Amino acid sequence: MSEAADTLPQGSLPDVPYAIEVEGLSKSFGDRVVVRDLTMRVRKGQIYGFLGPNGSGKTTTIRMLCGLLTPDSGRGTCLGLNILTQAREIRRHVGYMTQRFSLYADLSVRENLEFVARVYGVPEPVKAAKAAVERLGLSGRDKQLAGSLSGGWKQRLALGACILPSPQLLLLDEPTAGVDPKARREFWAQIHELAADGLTVLVSTHYMDEAERCHEIAYIAYGELLAQGTVDEVVAGAGLFTWSVSGGDPAPLARELSALPGIDMVAPFGSSVHVGGHDAAALEAAIAPFRERPGLVWRRDEPTLEDVFIDLMSRSKDNFR
Amino acid sequence: MSGGMGSSVGGLFRRVGAMMRKEFLQLLRDRVSFATMISIPLLQLVLFGYAINTTPRHLPTAVLAYENTALTRSILAAIENTKYFKVVSHPTSAAEADHQMLAGEVSFIVEIPAGFERAVRRGESPSMLVAADATDPVASGSAIAALNALVDTAVKRERFAVEGGPEGSGLESAPPAFQIITHARYNPAAVTQLNIVPGLLGTILTMTMLIFTALSVTREIERGTMETLLAMPIRPVEVMLGKIAPYVLVGAGQALLIVGAGRLLFNVPMIGSPGLLTLLTVLFIVANLSIGYTFSTLAQNQLQAVQMTFMYFLPNILLSGFMFPFAGMPVWAQWLAETMPLTHYLRMVRGIMLKGADGTDLAQDIVALGAIMLVAMFIAVRRFRQTLD
Repeated sequence: MSEAADTLPQGSLPDVPYAIEVEGLSKSFGDRVVVRDLTMRVRKGQIYGFLGPNGSGKTTTIRMLCGLLTPDSGRGTCLGLNILTQAREIRRHVGYMTQRFSLYADLSVRENLEFVARVYGVPEPVKAAKAAVERLGLSGRDKQLAGSLSGGWKQRLALGACILPSPQLLLLDEPTAGVDPKARREFWAQIHELAADGLTVLVSTHYMDEAERCHEIAYIAYGELLAQGTVDEVVAGAGLFTWSVSGGDPAPLARELSALPGIDMVAPFGSSVHVGGHDAAALEAAIAPFRERPGLVWRRDEPTLEDVFIDLMSRSKDNFR
Repeated sequence: MSGGMGSSVGGLFRRVGAMMRKEFLQLLRDRVSFATMISIPLLQLVLFGYAINTTPRHLPTAVLAYENTALTRSILAAIENTKYFKVVSHPTSAAEADHQMLAGEVSFIVEIPAGFERAVRRGESPSMLVAADATDPVASGSAIAALNALVDTAVKRERFAVEGGPEGSGLESAPPAFQIITHARYNPAAVTQLNIVPGLLGTILTMTMLIFTALSVTREIERGTMETLLAMPIRPVEVMLGKIAPYVLVGAGQALLIVGAGRLLFNVPMIGSPGLLTLLTVLFIVANLSIGYTFSTLAQNQLQAVQMTFMYFLPNILLSGFMFPFAGMPVWAQWLAETMPLTHYLRMVRGIMLKGADGTDLAQDIVALGAIMLVAMFIAVRRFRQTLD
């Protein structure tokens, strides 16, 4: 609430190595625990992927990071500022892109951007908005109402509005949901450019290919952080051994396999089935009878990120119950 | 196609039924709406059934008596006995009495001249003056009519009093013993429009201002823009002021339109200061905008905001003195009405336009209106949540 926070001081933020550093964050709505004892650290300048199934607490965590929700317990900092006591200062330096398009549908592209620029105290808001319009490639559409833009353009505008006040940290909540592959690719190219300029980006997503574009990822399910690190670290850390089998009817095969001891994960992938287990020997023993079956082709496989996540999810569900 | 007719009729019922079921479920889920559906009719029926009285009695009356004798007391008792008048003040000067009428504190001033009793005893048939605030002809009409009957009653008492008096019976042959001269102030021709047009100014402003702001915050929530707004470095009070300010101009424009049209079409005068009226109108507009904004922060969706606005608007119209005489209501209803901006604004706008009241006459109402505004703003800012918790 200090007066200094009314301007846009770039150099006034504490110099810390981590853009996000939180410990033991918990949040419940009623008797439903949405986030449980969450601890994470995001180094500055990184693209940090935040993965997890629907309802796993990703949005709640992001909202706690930018002060939109108050954690029930835990503590932490965002850009070196206390998330419990300095929410207002944090908001000034954080760009938050909501899951649902939440700019003004009845304002034009340019009016939306000018509004954002003015609220954040960007000098020369009209010029800044105009520059943002050009940067976004929306030059021909600056007078179009934001509500009438297509999904991809809305997402682009929302990101443009987020980075207009030159934030230090971007919190993007499923920014590419419902966006076509080309727009997604362009979006990620832009994210990487921003990160190269020193911006820290925390992005939540469901897409495995997007997870692999991140420097580091965290996997959260049922409110708990289950894995954290680079993609390779997460895959290696899962201790999962996998085989892939093709040539049979995948659905009945998957049903049969999933009942066997030693097999922890079964996932049909098109015409083949991924089979995984934590104990390599037990897994081999379990599939041994099937390897005799005519028509089935068994191949040793490297676990994919998706295999790991599905395994993590099913295990955490078991723990949860 | 043979079964088409039957199945399409059956299908119609099924689909309408499905739709009905869905609507009922949604209706029941919105608890606030459901509660208003029950409470609006009941509450309003009880409230207005007991509160509204189109022929008001016990109208506040000031007695400016230059003498206090048995006779004047008897006359005042007779006046109060009509039930139309209630003596609430005894001003000591004409200026003080006028001030009370300008402020809307009293509807009548009964003026009894010095030497009244003596003049009666001498058979001079003196006059006492009853000045009525006729801005609201409905409120003052029946009371003025009752005054005429009063002379007869009073004369009977008078005879009785005088017969037993020291100066003998000379008066019996000289009716009337005294005269009551009524003077309908401000609106002698009893033109209803003179009262209605300034009242409409207040009512229209209340309605439009409440609706404008009542929808403003709920709209942000419903459209999902609230989340972005909350994530921005902007304070609740800044959001509120920014949302209210444009409508102050809208309201001022509306006021200008109504006053101008009132003058052109109905010859409604502007006796007092237009500058003061403008100032107080802006105060009134801001008060209503703040209340609308408070509703906006209390309601969960736009429908609820509209319902709250109507819940609030109805008593404003009915109890403020716009539709029915304020003085005709029971005391509890008057107290309730004192919490509404419209009640105070009606006194201001009628006072200024029709009676030429000035700032000191209206001081009480100005203070009350300002207080209502601050309370509403305070609640609105407190209620505006900075988080999504």
